Order: sequence, then structure tokens, then C-alpha cells
Amino acid sequence: MQMLISTLIDGLNLGSVYALVALGYSMVYGIAKMLNFAHGDVIMVGIYSIFVCLNMNSLPVPVTMLICVAVCAVLGFTVEKLAYKPLRGSPSLSVLITAIGVSYLLQNLALLFFKSERRFLQNFLQLGSIQIGSFELPVISLVIWGTTLVIMIVLNLLIKYTSMGRAMLAVSEDKGAAQLMGVNVNRTISITFVIGSALAGVAAILYAAKYQNVDPYTGSVFGIKAFAAAVFGGIGSIPGAMIGGLSLGLIEALTIGFLPESLSAVSDGIAYALLVLMLILKPSGLLGKKKVEKV
Amino acid sequence: MKSNLRKIFASRVFIGGAAAIAIWGVLALLIAAGIFSRSMQSLLIQICYYVTLALSLDLVVGYLGDLSLGHAAFYAVGAYSGCAFAVYTNLPLALKFIGGLLVGGICAAIVGFLISCAILKLRGDYLAIVTLAFGEFVRSIVKIIPGLGGTKGLLGIPSFDSRVVGFTASYIVLVLVIVAIYNFTHSRHGRTVTAIRDNAIAAESVGINIKRTKVLVFTISAFIAGLAGVVSGFYKTSITPGDFDYNVSIEALVMVVLGGMGSIRGTVIASAIIVLLPELLRGMDEYRMLIYAIVLIAMMMIKASPKCRALKEKLDGKINGFRSRFTRKRAK
Amino acid sequence: MSMLKVENLGITFGGLHAVENLNLEIEKNELYGLIGPNGAGKTTVFNMLTGVYKPTTGKFWLDGEELTGRSSIEINRKGIARTFQNIRLFGNMTVAENVLVGLNNQMRYGLASSFLRLPGFFKEERDYSKRADELLAVFDLYDERDTLASNLPYGKQRKLEIARALATSPRLLLLDEPAAGMNPNETAELMNTIRFVREKFDMTILLIEHDMRLVMGICERVTVLNFGTELASGETSKALNDPAVVKAYLGD
Repeated sequence: MQMLISTLIDGLNLGSVYALVALGYSMVYGIAKMLNFAHGDVIMVGIYSIFVCLNMNSLPVPVTMLICVAVCAVLGFTVEKLAYKPLRGSPSLSVLITAIGVSYLLQNLALLFFKSERRFLQNFLQLGSIQIGSFELPVISLVIWGTTLVIMIVLNLLIKYTSMGRAMLAVSEDKGAAQLMGVNVNRTISITFVIGSALAGVAAILYAAKYQNVDPYTGSVFGIKAFAAAVFGGIGSIPGAMIGGLSLGLIEALTIGFLPESLSAVSDGIAYALLVLMLILKPSGLLGKKKVEKV
Repeated sequence: MKSNLRKIFASRVFIGGAAAIAIWGVLALLIAAGIFSRSMQSLLIQICYYVTLALSLDLVVGYLGDLSLGHAAFYAVGAYSGCAFAVYTNLPLALKFIGGLLVGGICAAIVGFLISCAILKLRGDYLAIVTLAFGEFVRSIVKIIPGLGGTKGLLGIPSFDSRVVGFTASYIVLVLVIVAIYNFTHSRHGRTVTAIRDNAIAAESVGINIKRTKVLVFTISAFIAGLAGVVSGFYKTSITPGDFDYNVSIEALVMVVLGGMGSIRGTVIASAIIVLLPELLRGMDEYRMLIYAIVLIAMMMIKASPKCRALKEKLDGKINGFRSRFTRKRAK
Repeated sequence: MSMLKVENLGITFGGLHAVENLNLEIEKNELYGLIGPNGAGKTTVFNMLTGVYKPTTGKFWLDGEELTGRSSIEINRKGIARTFQNIRLFGNMTVAENVLVGLNNQMRYGLASSFLRLPGFFKEERDYSKRADELLAVFDLYDERDTLASNLPYGKQRKLEIARALATSPRLLLLDEPAAGMNPNETAELMNTIRFVREKFDMTILLIEHDMRLVMGICERVTVLNFGTELASGETSKALNDPAVVKAYLGD
């Protein structure tokens, strides 16, 4: 029982972080219609920024967190301006390859500056735990769940009730028509990237607090799984990203926790197999919209 | 006029065959004479199987127009099954190689057939993510199949003692694959594939069975990717699950895209350059991948710039003009 | 027996009756028009007749054989071919290749012949590329046989679509707004081509059109649709002068 609960808590932690990252993928996909392969690497850069801040002892933790989010947001903005914007209107495959290029670029810059070994963050956001009956609940879990939930709700409200949100919806439906109605498409896409990357920054903080380490490939592995989660939930849908992320986190935690030792090597494989099955049965994901081509 | 097609084909066979033999002769001679460094020799073999892999992906991405990010799966299935055949049978080396190619190709083709049947409904980005997930799935399932060496990998794959023979064997596989793909894409079957890519609804309206064609292309493509896997195993003598992660699929995709998609020649040239890049950038090891990434982004931007597009159209027009003049002269 | 018989054909999309109770009887070698204002459901009828949509009610027969609910591929093999309102060519293939794709289902050589270039490959490729050339000559496209389809001027793209449809050797040809976007000269030329196709290939043709001059010029009979239901049908001039039709087109 104890074991099950702690596994579930682990799964929810992991799942919440996945959900935040999946949300970034989903938003960018919904609006710019591109798979931003470099999204995971933005998280990696964010964690390194925390690492650097921690090494300059004098910085208080809240400032470190702010810097992390800011670094990610600026990075997202810059990448969009320099690499993706010139390709708007190109075939989606070219854009995908560019995103892969950006992902390689960020990884190798990190490799150059920080070398390939895993770096450990000393006691970043160690909050202890609280006692519930016979059970210890780490406070960081509460923080992770709370943050994720609040962000989901705020984002939902933002999209539904602000003019910027409506502009985003319009652009995601039909870029050309949105432009004709006076929506500044380029600016909307920029804002989307900034929000998505800032979310990656938040995810970086939560990841750092939970795992306390980073290497140049942290982001890409994590990012691919989060991306899978976004597709699982139905890419372009906010609740879909949430459900997808949480399910992936739970599945992963449960397979690692309960599979026999000899099979633990396939824990990733099971998550991917479920994704494949899911999409075969429901080709547009759990909450995704179906598109039909008109004849 | 009567057997125009056959004549053109015969002349192409002649020219292509002569070129293939000449290239082989020069390279084999350079290897035998010890002029190429050891690392250059290995690169030549690597080029052979990477080009084979990239060509197999080109069938799906360039000709059929479907995005696959999981070709490493077929590559892995081919490599593991073909190499396991070679490890666990007791045959002369040549038969192990040929048998391994057949086993690897067929196993990969079966997997390609099954997965393509399952994903027929998927399109575009969803297809990309499912193939990616499938690739990672295959990679992790390989770890627990008994006899394949788990995470440590399959060891002791036989290999050719002499580099010349090793290169020749890989080269023959590549040439056969190029001929097969050329013939396929220039046949009625190949035309239905490009028709689906250009306009699926119109293709269906003239009675083309899209599902069957897609399954066919995936199966052929998986077979060829499997061959590439077997060749790579015989070169490396050991393969691990780590050799088949999604980066392999992506590298193959980059080769196809840089090669111009749906172009055999382009894919061959682009793949060769990408495999040679480390050697070309020797001494800058730290910056190698960085440069690779920048080149990748720059290429895409250049491709997207209006000036470059205009230039390409002009060139294409000239080449086509030249070609049609040439064939017309011949017809007379 | 009529070439095409349609009985009570109808389809609903989420409660909306796009087409209701459509009845048609088209005789062999007839040129029949399907007309009506925008959104009347004309293209939807074509989509049902070619298997793109499955009709919710009704049936249709080609030459006495029921084809309701069959797939696009089967229907094409049984002898119905079509063109599209928004041109759908294989843009990155040459003009000749476009027609050869249409001829594909009549070609017989197998995969082995493709890969190994067995004699069957050369023989059939030669024969069928000759047939493709003949078809292209009919539409005055022979000189462009090696051009990419997407590089053809608009009018020729429309012709190529008809040529490709004819390549599947249909018994019934459905043309979806063949004159859309053409100037009067081109339209006049197109009318001649359509007449010529009917004579030369002994073809039955059903066409959707907005251009009344073309409809009155070549269609023997028409059916007028409005909001998915039949307003009038019969001989062209009579049907077009029907008060209900005049009202639908011109208002009260």
C-alpha cells in the first residue's frame, strides 16, 4: 500500500512536469502548426541557468527561478525570430528539420560550455516533507501539482477571455483569415512561443527541484516523451496535454515500480507501445479534433 | 521509335553499370594499395549502408510523401535478425552474409508490413510521432529478447577479414538497391506512389488503391532498411540497442531532405557528404556537431529564400530542356 | 436500360439534408446537366456517385448494376470517372505520367517486372505510353507531354483532368464545373471538346455547370437543384424556364 501510494505520487510528479512541457508543444503546434523539436532543449538550457545561478551563491532562490523562466522565454523568442520565422510558408518538413537543427545546436552549445558529464544541483528547492498519518508527503510534490494546476487554469482563462487568446484561436483555425480580420499573425506566433518557452522554464524549475541534475541530453529525452504525451492527449488541446502528461507519468512510474527487475529495461517501451496503440485506435488522440479534407 | 524505351534503358544500364564498376575499381584499388587511411576505409563502408538506409527512407518520405521518424526500427529489426542468423548458424562466411541479408530484409519487411497496416489511417505529424514511438518501442523490446544480448548488445558478428572484400560486399548491396529503387520508381507501380503523394483524392478517383500502395511502399522500404542494418552489423561486428535510437532515424531523414526528396542521386550525394563530414572537419571535434547543426539550419533557410527558389527553377528548366532535346534527337 | 439510374438518393450531414430524394435517369451517350445555385448540393451528388461519400438514403445503378455504397476505387473500375471543381492533378508528374496513372488499372505487369524490367515491362510501357499520347493528342496536349502538370496553363490543366479521367476508360464521365475560370473563347473551345469526346468515345456525360451558355449549348436535358432538392428537370430549355427555377435564380 505504502509502495503503491508513493509510486502514484511519483507518477503524478513526473506526469505534472510532462503535462507542462506537453502544453508547450501543444500550444506551438496548435498555432504555428509545427513540431518544435527544440522545445525539450529549452528546458535543458533552463536547468543549466539554475545551475549557473546556484554556483553564484549570493542569488536568492526566487531570483534564480525568475532568471530561469526569463532565460527560457527569451530563448524561445529568439529561436522563433531567427530560425522559424524565415521559414514560414515553407513545407512543414523543412520547418521540422530546422527545429531538429536548433535542438542539435542547443545540445552542442551546452556540451561545449558544460561538457558532457552530469552536473548536480546542490539542494535546490529542498522543502522537506509533511506527515499525513503514517505517510510522508514531500512538499515539493504539492508545489509541483499546485503549479501545474494553476498554470492550466490561468492559461485556459487567458485563451478564452482575452483578446490575445482569441487572436491565438483565430490564428490556429486559419492563418490567412485571421490576418484579413486584422490579427497580427507574426506577433501572435511570437507570443505563443514566449508563453510556451516560459512554461518550459517553469518545467525546468520543477524538474530541477525533483531530480537535482542535468546533462546536455536531459531535455531531448524528456522532451520527446512529453511530446508523445501531447499527441496522446490530442495535440492542440490544453486539457488533452494535461491528461496525456499525467497518464504518461503514471504509466512510467507504475511500470518502473511494479515490473520485475528483468523487464525494467522496457519501461520506456511500454509507454511508447501504449502511444502507438492509442493513435491506431483513435488517430487524432484522446481529445483531438478530427480534420476532414474537402473534396 | 518502336523500342525507344528499351534502347534508352539499355544505354542507361550500360553507362550506369560502367560507372558503378569504375567507382568500385578506383576505391577498391585505393584501399588495397593502402592509400586510404583506416578511418577512411571504414567511412566508405559506412557510406554504403547509410546511403542504403537513406534511400529506403526516401521511398516513404520523398516518393510516397509520408513522414516517418522511425526508420531506425526497420534498420534495427534487420540488423538484429540478420546478424543473429549469422551468429547462430554454421555456414561459410559468404553464405552467412547472403543468408543474413535475406533473413534481415524479410524480418524487417514483415514488421514494416504489419506496422503499415496498423497506421494506414494516420497522416502527417501523427504518423511521424507514431513511427518515432514505434522506433523507440522496438529499441527497448530488443533489450529483453533472449539471445540478442540485452543492453550489452549482440556480439561476435562475423566480419570480412579484408577491407576490400568488406567494402565490395557493402557496395554490391548498395548498387542492387539503387537499381531496384530506380526500376520501381520508374514503373507503373512507382507512378501510383507519386500520384498518391501529389493528390491522394485524385489518385483514388482513378481507381488507385491507396491503402495497398502505402503498405507496399512501407514493406519495400523496411526490407531495404533491413538490408542496411545487416550490412552495418557485419561491419561493426557488434550491435547494441543504443545504435538504433531516434537520432539514426533523424539523421536518415536529414540525408533525404538535403538530397532533395524523391531523388536517388541527391540522396546518395547528401548521405555521402554527411557521413564524410566528421572526416572533413577533423581536428575540430568539439565543434563538429555544432557546425553540423548550423549547416542544417542554414541549408533550410537557403532553400526557403526566394532567390534560391528562382535559381533552382531556372536550373531545372535548363536541365529539362536539355534532356528533352536529347531524348528527342535520339528518337529520330 | 438507362446508363445511370438514381433513385431517392439523399445524404445528411449532422442533421442537415445536403441532398434529398434525388432521381435521375441518364441514357447512354446523353449529355446531361446538373445545375443550381451555389450550395445546392451538386458536388455532393458527384461525391456520392463516386464513392467519396456514402449516401444515407437511396440507390444508384450504372448500366443496371447497383453501385450504392461501393468504394471510390471499385466505382471507378466499374466505369465512372470524374474531374474536380478545384483541379486535382498530380502536379509534380509530367502530363504524360498523369494520363499513365489513369491507365494504370489496365496495365497488367507485376511487381517482379517492375523491379527486374522483364520483357512485359517494356512491352506494356510502350503500348500504354502510345495510348496516352493518343489521348493527349485529342486534347491538344501532346506537345506538352513532358511538362510538369503544375506548370500547365489553367485551361490546359482542366483538359488534362478530363484526359486522365478518360484514361480509366469509363462508361460515364462526371465533369465538375469544367468551364470554371475560363474566358468565353476557352469555354467555346471546351464545348467543342466535350462534344467531340462524346462522339469519339461514345461517352455518357453528366456535368455540373454555372455557365448557362455552356449548359444550353450542349446539354440535352438538365436537372436543377436548390437546397438539395430537385426543382425541375427535363429538356434544357423547358427546365430552365420553369417558374420555380427562375425564382430560385433571380429571386421574386
